[in-house]
Amino acid sequence: MSEMSLSAAAPLAVDIGSCMRKTRGGKIKTAAITKSGGIINITVFVLLALTVYAFFSFDYKDIDIVKALSGTWTNALVVFGSPRLHYNTLSGMIKALGVTFALGVLSTIFGAITAFFGALMCARNTAHPVLANVVKSFVAFIRAVPTILWVLIFTVAAGLGSVAAVIGLSFHSAGYLIKAYAESIEEVDAGTIEALKASGASFWQIVFQAIVPSSITYMTAWTFLRFEINFTNALAVGAAAGAGGIGFDLFMAGSYYFDLHELGYITYMIVAAVIILEAVATGIKARVR
Amino acid sequence: MISDKHMDKSKVSQDRSSVFVKRKRTFTLAFIIFFALFAISAAVAEYDVIGGFESIPKAVKWMSANFVPDEKAWSRLPKIFEKLSETALVSVAVTVCAATLAFFFSLLGTKTTRVNPWIGRIVRIIAAFFRNVPDVVWAMLLLFSFGQNMLTGFFALFFTTFGMLTRTFIETIDEVSSSCVEALRATGASYIQTVFHGIIPSSMPEIISWVLYMIETNIRSSTLIGVLTATGIGNLFDLYYKRMDYSSASLVVVSIVVLVIFIEMLSNKIRKVIM
Repeated sequence: MSEMSLSAAAPLAVDIGSCMRKTRGGKIKTAAITKSGGIINITVFVLLALTVYAFFSFDYKDIDIVKALSGTWTNALVVFGSPRLHYNTLSGMIKALGVTFALGVLSTIFGAITAFFGALMCARNTAHPVLANVVKSFVAFIRAVPTILWVLIFTVAAGLGSVAAVIGLSFHSAGYLIKAYAESIEEVDAGTIEALKASGASFWQIVFQAIVPSSITYMTAWTFLRFEINFTNALAVGAAAGAGGIGFDLFMAGSYYFDLHELGYITYMIVAAVIILEAVATGIKARVR
Repeated sequence: MISDKHMDKSKVSQDRSSVFVKRKRTFTLAFIIFFALFAISAAVAEYDVIGGFESIPKAVKWMSANFVPDEKAWSRLPKIFEKLSETALVSVAVTVCAATLAFFFSLLGTKTTRVNPWIGRIVRIIAAFFRNVPDVVWAMLLLFSFGQNMLTGFFALFFTTFGMLTRTFIETIDEVSSSCVEALRATGASYIQTVFHGIIPSSMPEIISWVLYMIETNIRSSTLIGVLTATGIGNLFDLYYKRMDYSSASLVVVSIVVLVIFIEMLSNKIRKVIM
Protein backbone atom coordinates (compact mmCIF):
# COMPACT_ATOMS: atom_id res chain seq x y z
CA MET A 1 0.00 0.00 0.00
CA SER A 2 2.63 2.51 1.08
CA GLU A 3 4.97 1.33 -1.66
CA MET A 4 2.33 1.95 -4.28
CA SER A 5 1.57 5.47 -3.19
CA LEU A 6 5.27 6.27 -2.89
CA SER A 7 5.91 5.28 -6.48
CA ALA A 8 2.87 7.34 -7.50
CA ALA A 9 4.16 10.39 -5.65
CA ALA A 10 7.73 10.21 -6.98
CA PRO A 11 7.26 11.95 -10.38
CA LEU A 12 5.13 14.59 -8.66
CA ALA A 13 7.97 15.52 -6.28
CA VAL A 14 10.21 16.43 -9.22
CA ASP A 15 7.52 18.70 -10.64
CA ILE A 16 6.96 20.54 -7.38
CA GLY A 17 10.68 20.85 -6.70
CA SER A 18 11.28 22.70 -9.93
CA CYS A 19 8.74 25.42 -9.22
CA MET A 20 8.88 25.59 -5.44
CA ARG A 21 8.01 28.88 -3.75
CA LYS A 22 8.73 29.66 -0.11
CA THR A 23 7.11 31.95 2.43
CA ARG A 24 9.11 34.43 4.48
CA GLY A 25 9.36 31.89 7.29
CA GLY A 26 10.88 29.32 4.95
CA LYS A 27 7.80 27.13 4.65
CA ILE A 28 7.12 25.72 1.21
CA LYS A 29 4.08 27.29 -0.43
CA THR A 30 1.98 24.51 -1.87
CA ALA A 31 -0.89 26.42 -3.46
CA ALA A 32 -0.50 27.17 -7.15
CA ILE A 33 -1.22 30.66 -8.46
CA THR A 34 -3.64 30.44 -11.34
CA LYS A 35 -6.20 32.71 -12.92
CA SER A 36 -8.98 30.31 -12.02
CA GLY A 37 -7.80 30.22 -8.41
CA GLY A 38 -7.96 34.01 -8.25
CA ILE A 39 -11.47 34.10 -9.71
CA ILE A 40 -12.58 31.42 -7.24
CA ASN A 41 -11.22 33.45 -4.32
CA ILE A 42 -12.92 36.62 -5.56
CA THR A 43 -16.23 34.80 -6.11
CA VAL A 44 -16.14 33.23 -2.65
CA PHE A 45 -15.27 36.57 -1.04
CA VAL A 46 -18.05 38.46 -2.86
CA LEU A 47 -20.62 35.80 -2.00
CA LEU A 48 -19.62 35.79 1.67
CA ALA A 49 -19.66 39.60 1.82
CA LEU A 50 -23.11 39.69 0.22
CA THR A 51 -24.35 37.11 2.73
CA VAL A 52 -23.08 39.09 5.71
CA TYR A 53 -24.57 42.28 4.27
CA ALA A 54 -27.85 40.44 3.66
CA PHE A 55 -28.16 39.39 7.29
CA PHE A 56 -27.66 42.98 8.44
CA SER A 57 -30.05 44.47 5.90
CA PHE A 58 -33.00 42.13 6.48
CA ASP A 59 -36.18 43.47 8.01
CA TYR A 60 -36.79 40.90 10.74
CA LYS A 61 -39.92 42.65 12.08
CA ASP A 62 -38.83 41.98 15.71
CA ILE A 63 -39.33 38.25 15.39
CA ASP A 64 -38.18 36.03 18.25
CA ILE A 65 -36.15 33.54 16.23
CA VAL A 66 -35.60 31.04 19.05
CA LYS A 67 -39.29 30.95 19.87
CA ALA A 68 -40.26 30.68 16.21
CA LEU A 69 -37.78 27.88 15.58
CA SER A 70 -38.91 25.90 18.60
CA GLY A 71 -42.51 26.50 17.54
CA THR A 72 -41.68 25.20 14.08
CA TRP A 73 -40.06 22.13 15.63
CA THR A 74 -43.23 21.30 17.63
CA ASN A 75 -45.34 21.91 14.54
CA ALA A 76 -43.06 19.72 12.43
CA LEU A 77 -43.47 16.93 14.98
CA VAL A 78 -47.26 17.20 14.62
CA VAL A 79 -47.09 17.40 10.81
CA PHE A 80 -44.77 14.43 10.35
CA GLY A 81 -45.83 12.55 13.49
CA SER A 82 -49.61 12.45 13.32
CA PRO A 83 -50.89 12.97 9.79
CA ARG A 84 -54.69 12.78 9.54
CA LEU A 85 -57.29 13.91 7.03
CA HIS A 86 -60.15 16.01 8.34
CA TYR A 87 -61.56 18.19 5.58
CA ASN A 88 -60.81 15.90 2.65
CA THR A 89 -61.17 12.20 1.87
CA LEU A 90 -58.39 9.90 0.73
CA SER A 91 -60.01 9.37 -2.67
CA GLY A 92 -60.38 13.13 -3.07
CA MET A 93 -56.70 13.58 -2.28
CA ILE A 94 -55.67 10.88 -4.77
CA LYS A 95 -57.76 12.63 -7.42
CA ALA A 96 -56.11 15.96 -6.58
CA LEU A 97 -52.69 14.32 -6.80
CA GLY A 98 -53.75 12.96 -10.21
CA VAL A 99 -54.66 16.48 -11.35
CA THR A 100 -51.24 17.81 -10.31
CA PHE A 101 -49.62 14.86 -12.08
CA ALA A 102 -51.68 15.57 -15.22
CA LEU A 103 -50.72 19.27 -15.15
CA GLY A 104 -47.08 18.19 -15.02
CA VAL A 105 -47.52 15.74 -17.92
CA LEU A 106 -49.35 18.23 -20.15
CA SER A 107 -46.86 21.03 -19.59
CA THR A 108 -43.94 18.65 -20.18
CA ILE A 109 -45.48 17.42 -23.47
CA PHE A 110 -46.17 20.96 -24.70
CA GLY A 111 -42.74 22.07 -23.54
CA ALA A 112 -41.00 19.13 -25.20
CA ILE A 113 -42.77 19.55 -28.57
CA THR A 114 -42.07 23.29 -28.65
CA ALA A 115 -38.52 22.71 -27.48
CA PHE A 116 -37.79 20.15 -30.20
CA PHE A 117 -38.48 22.67 -32.97
CA GLY A 118 -37.02 25.52 -30.96
CA ALA A 119 -33.80 23.61 -30.42
CA LEU A 120 -33.49 22.93 -34.17
CA MET A 121 -33.76 26.70 -34.65
CA CYS A 122 -30.95 27.49 -32.23
CA ALA A 123 -28.46 24.59 -32.35
CA ARG A 124 -25.22 25.65 -34.01
CA ASN A 125 -25.19 22.76 -36.50
CA THR A 126 -28.79 23.01 -37.72
CA ALA A 127 -29.65 26.70 -37.73
CA HIS A 128 -28.50 29.91 -39.35
CA PRO A 129 -26.29 31.83 -36.85
CA VAL A 130 -28.48 34.96 -36.95
CA LEU A 131 -31.66 32.97 -36.34
CA ALA A 132 -29.89 31.01 -33.61
CA ASN A 133 -28.93 34.18 -31.76
CA VAL A 134 -32.44 35.64 -32.01
CA VAL A 135 -34.01 32.42 -30.71
CA LYS A 136 -31.40 32.09 -27.95
CA SER A 137 -32.01 35.60 -26.58
CA PHE A 138 -35.77 35.13 -26.78
CA VAL A 139 -35.47 31.85 -24.88
CA ALA A 140 -33.20 33.44 -22.25
CA PHE A 141 -35.93 36.03 -21.69
CA ILE A 142 -38.65 33.37 -21.32
CA ARG A 143 -36.50 31.39 -18.90
CA ALA A 144 -35.77 34.42 -16.75
CA VAL A 145 -39.44 35.06 -15.92
CA PRO A 146 -40.42 32.93 -12.92
CA THR A 147 -43.07 30.28 -13.66
CA ILE A 148 -45.51 31.73 -11.15
CA LEU A 149 -45.57 35.03 -13.06
CA TRP A 150 -46.36 33.26 -16.34
CA VAL A 151 -49.23 31.45 -14.65
CA LEU A 152 -50.59 34.65 -13.10
CA ILE A 153 -50.33 36.45 -16.47
CA PHE A 154 -52.24 33.66 -18.21
CA THR A 155 -54.82 33.59 -15.44
CA VAL A 156 -56.02 37.00 -16.64
CA ALA A 157 -56.11 35.98 -20.28
CA ALA A 158 -57.57 32.48 -19.92
CA GLY A 159 -59.29 32.55 -16.54
CA LEU A 160 -58.43 30.66 -13.38
CA GLY A 161 -57.98 26.96 -14.06
CA SER A 162 -55.94 24.27 -15.72
CA VAL A 163 -55.43 26.21 -18.98
CA ALA A 164 -53.57 29.03 -17.23
CA ALA A 165 -51.52 26.54 -15.20
CA VAL A 166 -50.55 24.34 -18.15
CA ILE A 167 -49.70 27.16 -20.56
CA GLY A 168 -47.83 29.06 -17.82
CA LEU A 169 -45.81 25.99 -16.84
CA SER A 170 -45.15 25.13 -20.50
CA PHE A 171 -43.41 28.45 -21.11
CA HIS A 172 -40.64 27.81 -18.65
CA SER A 173 -40.40 24.11 -19.60
CA ALA A 174 -39.94 25.03 -23.25
CA GLY A 175 -37.25 27.55 -22.40
CA TYR A 176 -35.39 25.04 -20.24
CA LEU A 177 -35.70 22.17 -22.71
CA ILE A 178 -34.71 24.25 -25.75
CA LYS A 179 -31.38 24.93 -24.06
CA ALA A 180 -30.92 21.28 -23.07
CA TYR A 181 -32.02 19.84 -26.44
CA ALA A 182 -29.86 22.32 -28.38
CA GLU A 183 -26.83 21.20 -26.39
CA SER A 184 -27.52 17.54 -27.20
CA ILE A 185 -28.11 18.36 -30.89
CA GLU A 186 -24.81 20.23 -31.02
CA GLU A 187 -23.04 17.07 -29.85
CA VAL A 188 -24.23 15.09 -32.87
CA ASP A 189 -21.26 14.02 -35.00
CA ALA A 190 -20.76 16.63 -37.75
CA GLY A 191 -19.57 13.93 -40.16
CA THR A 192 -22.93 12.14 -40.10
CA ILE A 193 -24.80 15.31 -41.00
CA GLU A 194 -22.29 16.16 -43.74
CA ALA A 195 -22.54 12.67 -45.24
CA LEU A 196 -26.33 12.85 -45.36
CA LYS A 197 -26.18 16.35 -46.86
CA ALA A 198 -23.75 15.13 -49.53
CA SER A 199 -26.08 12.29 -50.46
CA GLY A 200 -28.86 14.81 -51.04
CA ALA A 201 -30.95 14.25 -47.94
CA SER A 202 -33.47 16.97 -47.10
CA PHE A 203 -33.40 18.92 -43.83
CA TRP A 204 -36.11 16.80 -42.23
CA GLN A 205 -34.46 13.58 -43.39
CA ILE A 206 -31.27 14.72 -41.68
CA VAL A 207 -33.23 15.59 -38.56
CA PHE A 208 -35.07 12.27 -38.31
CA GLN A 209 -32.34 9.93 -39.58
CA ALA A 210 -29.25 11.47 -37.96
CA ILE A 211 -30.07 13.99 -35.24
CA VAL A 212 -33.00 12.35 -33.49
CA PRO A 213 -31.53 8.82 -33.28
CA SER A 214 -28.21 10.00 -31.90
CA SER A 215 -29.52 12.52 -29.37
CA ILE A 216 -32.75 10.83 -28.28
CA THR A 217 -31.22 9.33 -25.14
CA TYR A 218 -30.07 12.70 -23.81
CA MET A 219 -33.36 14.28 -24.79
CA THR A 220 -35.34 11.60 -22.95
CA ALA A 221 -33.22 12.00 -19.83
CA TRP A 222 -33.67 15.80 -19.89
CA THR A 223 -37.41 15.47 -20.50
CA PHE A 224 -37.85 13.24 -17.46
CA LEU A 225 -35.76 15.56 -15.34
CA ARG A 226 -38.00 18.40 -16.46
CA PHE A 227 -41.11 16.36 -15.68
CA GLU A 228 -39.96 15.98 -12.08
CA ILE A 229 -39.45 19.75 -11.90
CA ASN A 230 -42.83 20.38 -13.54
CA PHE A 231 -44.55 18.19 -10.98
CA THR A 232 -43.23 20.25 -8.06
CA ASN A 233 -43.90 23.45 -10.03
CA ALA A 234 -47.51 22.36 -10.64
CA LEU A 235 -47.79 21.87 -6.90
CA ALA A 236 -46.36 25.31 -6.15
CA VAL A 237 -48.53 27.00 -8.74
CA GLY A 238 -51.58 25.27 -7.31
CA ALA A 239 -50.75 26.73 -3.91
CA ALA A 240 -49.74 30.22 -4.98
CA ALA A 241 -52.10 30.88 -7.89
CA GLY A 242 -55.04 28.65 -7.00
CA ALA A 243 -54.52 26.60 -10.14
CA GLY A 244 -55.98 23.40 -8.65
CA GLY A 245 -54.54 20.01 -7.83
CA ILE A 246 -53.08 18.90 -4.53
CA GLY A 247 -51.08 22.13 -4.21
CA PHE A 248 -54.32 24.01 -3.68
CA ASP A 249 -55.41 21.58 -0.94
CA LEU A 250 -52.01 22.04 0.67
CA PHE A 251 -52.53 25.79 0.65
CA MET A 252 -56.05 25.44 2.09
CA ALA A 253 -54.86 23.13 4.88
CA GLY A 254 -52.00 25.46 5.79
CA SER A 255 -53.38 28.95 5.35
CA TYR A 256 -57.14 28.56 5.60
CA TYR A 257 -58.00 25.65 7.92
CA PHE A 258 -54.70 25.89 9.89
CA ASP A 259 -54.82 22.11 10.25
CA LEU A 260 -51.35 20.67 10.88
CA HIS A 261 -52.57 17.06 10.74
CA GLU A 262 -54.06 17.55 7.29
CA LEU A 263 -50.93 19.38 6.16
CA GLY A 264 -48.91 16.35 7.28
CA TYR A 265 -51.12 13.87 5.43
CA ILE A 266 -50.88 15.86 2.18
CA THR A 267 -47.12 16.25 2.66
CA TYR A 268 -46.69 12.50 2.96
CA MET A 269 -48.73 11.92 -0.21
CA ILE A 270 -46.63 14.47 -2.11
CA VAL A 271 -43.33 13.05 -0.86
CA ALA A 272 -44.43 9.52 -1.78
CA ALA A 273 -45.35 10.72 -5.28
CA VAL A 274 -42.04 12.56 -5.71
CA ILE A 275 -40.01 9.53 -4.58
CA ILE A 276 -41.93 7.20 -6.92
CA LEU A 277 -41.38 9.64 -9.81
CA GLU A 278 -37.67 9.82 -9.05
CA ALA A 279 -37.41 6.03 -8.94
CA VAL A 280 -39.28 5.66 -12.25
CA ALA A 281 -37.17 8.37 -13.88
CA THR A 282 -33.93 6.73 -12.71
CA GLY A 283 -35.17 3.39 -14.05
CA ILE A 284 -36.05 4.84 -17.45
CA LYS A 285 -32.77 6.75 -17.68
CA ALA A 286 -30.82 3.56 -16.89
CA ARG A 287 -32.74 1.62 -19.55
CA VAL A 288 -32.35 4.34 -22.20
CA ARG A 289 -28.61 4.38 -21.75
CA MET B 1 -16.30 -16.84 -53.37
CA ILE B 2 -18.75 -14.77 -55.39
CA SER B 3 -21.74 -16.33 -53.73
CA ASP B 4 -20.08 -15.67 -50.40
CA LYS B 5 -19.83 -11.97 -51.17
CA HIS B 6 -23.39 -12.01 -52.39
CA MET B 7 -24.58 -13.56 -49.16
CA ASP B 8 -22.68 -10.98 -47.14
CA LYS B 9 -24.32 -8.18 -49.06
CA SER B 10 -27.81 -9.53 -48.67
CA LYS B 11 -27.17 -10.06 -44.98
CA VAL B 12 -26.02 -6.47 -44.59
CA SER B 13 -29.04 -5.11 -46.41
CA GLN B 14 -31.30 -7.27 -44.28
CA ASP B 15 -29.64 -5.95 -41.14
CA ARG B 16 -30.02 -2.42 -42.33
CA SER B 17 -33.69 -2.80 -43.16
CA SER B 18 -34.32 -4.33 -39.77
CA VAL B 19 -32.70 -1.32 -38.13
CA PHE B 20 -35.06 0.98 -39.98
CA VAL B 21 -38.08 -1.19 -39.25
CA LYS B 22 -37.15 -1.32 -35.61
CA ARG B 23 -36.63 2.44 -35.50
CA LYS B 24 -40.00 3.06 -37.12
CA ARG B 25 -41.68 0.69 -34.69
CA THR B 26 -40.08 2.48 -31.72
CA PHE B 27 -41.15 5.86 -33.07
CA THR B 28 -44.73 4.68 -33.57
CA LEU B 29 -44.86 3.13 -30.12
CA ALA B 30 -43.45 6.27 -28.49
CA PHE B 31 -45.98 8.38 -30.41
CA ILE B 32 -48.89 6.22 -29.25
CA ILE B 33 -47.73 6.31 -25.62
CA PHE B 34 -47.29 10.08 -25.83
CA PHE B 35 -50.76 10.54 -27.28
CA ALA B 36 -52.41 8.26 -24.71
CA LEU B 37 -50.64 10.06 -21.87
CA PHE B 38 -51.75 13.39 -23.30
CA ALA B 39 -55.38 12.30 -23.67
CA ILE B 40 -55.57 10.84 -20.16
CA SER B 41 -53.90 13.89 -18.59
CA ALA B 42 -56.16 16.30 -20.46
CA ALA B 43 -59.18 14.39 -19.20
CA VAL B 44 -57.97 14.25 -15.59
CA ALA B 45 -56.97 17.92 -15.41
CA GLU B 46 -60.12 18.95 -17.34
CA TYR B 47 -57.84 20.74 -19.74
CA ASP B 48 -59.51 22.48 -22.68
CA VAL B 49 -57.10 21.84 -25.57
CA ILE B 50 -58.65 24.33 -28.02
CA GLY B 51 -59.12 26.93 -25.30
CA GLY B 52 -55.49 26.48 -24.38
CA PHE B 53 -54.29 27.31 -27.86
CA GLU B 54 -56.74 30.19 -28.13
CA SER B 55 -55.47 31.66 -24.88
CA ILE B 56 -51.96 32.29 -26.23
CA PRO B 57 -52.84 34.97 -28.83
CA LYS B 58 -55.35 36.38 -26.36
CA ALA B 59 -52.63 36.66 -23.72
CA VAL B 60 -50.20 38.26 -26.16
CA LYS B 61 -52.84 40.80 -27.17
CA TRP B 62 -53.68 41.52 -23.53
CA MET B 63 -50.03 41.83 -22.58
CA SER B 64 -49.21 44.25 -25.38
CA ALA B 65 -52.17 46.41 -24.35
CA ASN B 66 -51.79 46.38 -20.55
CA PHE B 67 -48.34 45.10 -19.79
CA VAL B 68 -46.46 48.25 -20.69
CA PRO B 69 -44.70 50.29 -17.98
CA ASP B 70 -46.21 53.79 -17.84
CA GLU B 71 -45.14 56.89 -15.93
CA LYS B 72 -46.74 55.79 -12.68
CA ALA B 73 -44.88 52.50 -12.92
CA TRP B 74 -41.52 54.23 -13.45
CA SER B 75 -42.12 56.32 -10.33
CA ARG B 76 -42.36 53.06 -8.40
CA LEU B 77 -38.93 51.95 -9.58
CA PRO B 78 -37.12 52.69 -6.26
CA LYS B 79 -39.64 50.52 -4.37
CA ILE B 80 -39.29 47.73 -6.94
CA PHE B 81 -35.52 47.98 -6.78
CA GLU B 82 -35.58 47.74 -2.97
CA LYS B 83 -37.74 44.59 -2.98
CA LEU B 84 -35.76 43.04 -5.83
CA SER B 85 -32.48 43.51 -3.99
CA GLU B 86 -34.08 42.03 -0.86
CA THR B 87 -35.09 38.92 -2.83
CA ALA B 88 -31.68 38.68 -4.49
CA LEU B 89 -29.90 39.00 -1.15
CA VAL B 90 -32.13 36.35 0.41
CA SER B 91 -31.28 33.91 -2.38
CA VAL B 92 -27.55 34.60 -2.09
CA ALA B 93 -27.60 34.27 1.71
CA VAL B 94 -29.71 31.09 1.59
CA THR B 95 -27.48 29.47 -0.99
CA VAL B 96 -24.22 30.38 0.76
CA CYS B 97 -25.43 29.21 4.19
CA ALA B 98 -26.94 26.00 2.79
CA ALA B 99 -23.82 25.30 0.73
CA THR B 100 -21.48 25.73 3.71
CA LEU B 101 -23.55 23.43 5.87
CA ALA B 102 -24.13 20.98 3.02
CA PHE B 103 -20.40 20.75 2.33
CA PHE B 104 -19.49 19.68 5.86
CA PHE B 105 -22.54 17.46 6.03
CA SER B 106 -21.69 15.81 2.72
CA LEU B 107 -18.20 14.94 4.03
CA LEU B 108 -19.95 12.44 6.29
CA GLY B 109 -21.80 10.96 3.33
CA THR B 110 -19.12 10.42 0.69
CA LYS B 111 -17.39 7.12 0.12
CA THR B 112 -13.95 8.76 0.38
CA THR B 113 -14.38 10.71 3.61
CA ARG B 114 -17.22 9.17 5.60
CA VAL B 115 -16.52 8.07 9.13
CA ASN B 116 -18.42 4.84 8.75
CA PRO B 117 -20.86 3.38 6.20
CA TRP B 118 -23.88 3.66 8.51
CA ILE B 119 -23.43 7.38 9.08
CA GLY B 120 -22.99 7.74 5.32
CA ARG B 121 -26.30 6.02 4.69
CA ILE B 122 -28.10 8.15 7.29
CA VAL B 123 -26.68 11.33 5.73
CA ARG B 124 -27.99 10.30 2.32
CA ILE B 125 -31.45 9.57 3.72
CA ILE B 126 -31.58 12.95 5.49
CA ALA B 127 -30.52 14.70 2.28
CA ALA B 128 -33.19 12.82 0.31
CA PHE B 129 -35.81 13.88 2.87
CA PHE B 130 -34.94 17.58 2.60
CA ARG B 131 -34.71 17.40 -1.17
CA ASN B 132 -38.02 15.66 -1.71
CA VAL B 133 -40.21 17.78 0.54
CA PRO B 134 -41.03 20.70 -1.81
CA ASP B 135 -40.24 24.25 -0.68
CA VAL B 136 -43.95 25.10 -0.77
CA VAL B 137 -44.58 22.56 1.98
CA TRP B 138 -41.79 24.02 4.11
CA ALA B 139 -43.20 27.50 3.53
CA MET B 140 -46.67 26.40 4.65
CA LEU B 141 -45.24 24.75 7.77
CA LEU B 142 -43.00 27.70 8.65
CA LEU B 143 -45.83 30.20 8.18
CA PHE B 144 -47.44 28.88 11.39
CA SER B 145 -44.68 30.14 13.69
CA PHE B 146 -42.79 32.68 11.62
CA GLY B 147 -45.81 34.41 10.12
CA GLN B 148 -45.42 36.68 7.12
CA ASN B 149 -41.72 37.25 7.66
CA MET B 150 -38.87 37.01 5.23
CA LEU B 151 -37.31 34.34 7.47
CA THR B 152 -40.18 32.02 6.41
CA GLY B 153 -38.94 32.11 2.85
CA PHE B 154 -35.34 31.97 4.02
CA PHE B 155 -35.78 28.71 5.91
CA ALA B 156 -38.10 27.16 3.30
CA LEU B 157 -35.51 27.71 0.59
CA PHE B 158 -32.71 26.77 2.98
CA PHE B 159 -34.09 23.27 3.59
CA THR B 160 -34.55 22.36 -0.09
CA THR B 161 -31.25 23.96 -1.14
CA PHE B 162 -29.49 22.07 1.65
CA GLY B 163 -30.95 18.76 0.47
CA MET B 164 -30.14 19.44 -3.18
CA LEU B 165 -26.58 20.57 -2.52
CA THR B 166 -25.75 17.77 -0.08
CA ARG B 167 -26.50 15.21 -2.77
CA THR B 168 -24.57 17.02 -5.48
CA PHE B 169 -21.59 17.67 -3.20
CA ILE B 170 -21.45 13.99 -2.23
CA GLU B 171 -21.33 13.08 -5.94
CA THR B 172 -18.78 15.81 -6.71
CA ILE B 173 -16.41 14.90 -3.90
CA ASP B 174 -16.54 11.21 -4.76
CA GLU B 175 -15.86 11.99 -8.40
CA VAL B 176 -13.12 14.61 -8.03
CA SER B 177 -11.24 14.01 -4.83
CA SER B 178 -10.93 10.28 -4.17
CA SER B 179 -7.43 9.96 -5.68
CA CYS B 180 -5.98 13.03 -3.95
CA VAL B 181 -7.46 11.95 -0.62
CA GLU B 182 -5.72 8.60 -0.96
CA ALA B 183 -2.42 10.32 -1.74
CA LEU B 184 -2.74 12.70 1.22
CA ARG B 185 -3.68 9.88 3.58
CA ALA B 186 -0.60 7.96 2.47
CA THR B 187 1.61 10.92 3.43
CA GLY B 188 0.12 10.83 6.90
CA ALA B 189 -2.17 13.86 6.67
CA SER B 190 -4.86 14.13 9.33
CA TYR B 191 -8.57 14.22 8.51
CA ILE B 192 -8.77 18.01 8.82
CA GLN B 193 -5.66 18.44 6.65
CA THR B 194 -7.11 16.14 4.00
CA VAL B 195 -10.29 18.19 3.89
CA PHE B 196 -8.64 21.61 3.74
CA HIS B 197 -5.69 20.77 1.48
CA GLY B 198 -7.17 18.03 -0.68
CA ILE B 199 -10.93 18.10 -0.95
CA ILE B 200 -11.70 21.82 -0.85
CA PRO B 201 -9.16 22.88 -3.51
CA SER B 202 -9.96 20.01 -5.87
CA SER B 203 -13.75 20.28 -5.70
CA MET B 204 -14.03 24.07 -5.40
CA PRO B 205 -14.70 24.83 -9.10
CA GLU B 206 -17.58 22.34 -9.19
CA ILE B 207 -18.94 23.64 -5.89
CA ILE B 208 -18.87 27.27 -7.08
CA SER B 209 -20.58 26.28 -10.29
CA TRP B 210 -23.39 24.58 -8.37
CA VAL B 211 -23.72 27.47 -5.91
CA LEU B 212 -24.10 29.94 -8.79
CA TYR B 213 -26.73 27.72 -10.39
CA MET B 214 -28.65 27.46 -7.11
CA ILE B 215 -28.56 31.26 -6.61
CA GLU B 216 -30.18 31.65 -10.01
CA THR B 217 -32.82 29.01 -9.23
CA ASN B 218 -33.49 30.42 -5.79
CA ILE B 219 -34.24 33.89 -7.15
CA ARG B 220 -37.06 32.36 -9.16
CA SER B 221 -38.22 30.15 -6.29
CA SER B 222 -38.14 32.97 -3.79
CA THR B 223 -40.41 34.99 -6.07
CA LEU B 224 -42.94 32.19 -5.77
CA ILE B 225 -42.45 31.74 -2.04
CA GLY B 226 -42.78 35.53 -1.73
CA VAL B 227 -46.30 35.33 -3.18
CA LEU B 228 -47.19 32.81 -0.44
CA THR B 229 -45.45 34.52 2.47
CA ALA B 230 -46.10 38.13 1.44
CA THR B 231 -42.43 39.13 1.26
CA GLY B 232 -39.99 40.37 -1.35
CA ILE B 233 -40.54 40.95 -5.04
CA GLY B 234 -43.12 38.17 -5.33
CA ASN B 235 -45.42 39.97 -2.93
CA LEU B 236 -44.91 43.27 -4.72
CA PHE B 237 -45.94 41.68 -8.03
CA ASP B 238 -48.95 40.07 -6.37
CA LEU B 239 -49.92 43.39 -4.83
CA TYR B 240 -49.81 45.36 -8.09
CA TYR B 241 -51.43 42.48 -9.88
CA LYS B 242 -54.40 42.23 -7.51
CA ARG B 243 -54.81 46.01 -7.67
CA MET B 244 -54.93 45.56 -11.47
CA ASP B 245 -52.02 47.96 -11.75
CA TYR B 246 -50.65 45.92 -14.62
CA SER B 247 -48.15 48.45 -15.86
CA SER B 248 -46.34 48.44 -12.51
CA ALA B 249 -46.52 44.64 -12.47
CA SER B 250 -44.91 44.55 -15.89
CA LEU B 251 -42.03 46.66 -14.64
CA VAL B 252 -41.55 44.12 -11.84
CA VAL B 253 -41.34 41.33 -14.45
CA VAL B 254 -38.84 43.30 -16.51
CA SER B 255 -36.67 43.99 -13.47
CA ILE B 256 -36.65 40.29 -12.50
CA VAL B 257 -35.71 39.34 -16.07
CA VAL B 258 -32.84 41.83 -16.12
CA LEU B 259 -31.52 40.55 -12.78
CA VAL B 260 -31.76 36.86 -13.69
CA ILE B 261 -30.13 37.33 -17.09
CA PHE B 262 -27.36 39.42 -15.50
CA ILE B 263 -26.66 36.69 -12.94
CA GLU B 264 -26.80 34.00 -15.62
CA MET B 265 -24.28 35.84 -17.80
CA LEU B 266 -21.99 36.55 -14.86
CA SER B 267 -22.01 32.95 -13.69
CA ASN B 268 -21.36 31.68 -17.23
CA LYS B 269 -18.32 33.96 -17.39
CA ILE B 270 -17.06 32.71 -14.01
CA ARG B 271 -17.68 29.10 -15.01
CA LYS B 272 -15.72 29.51 -18.23
CA VAL B 273 -12.65 30.69 -16.29
CA ILE B 274 -12.70 28.26 -13.37
CA MET B 275 -13.80 24.97 -14.94
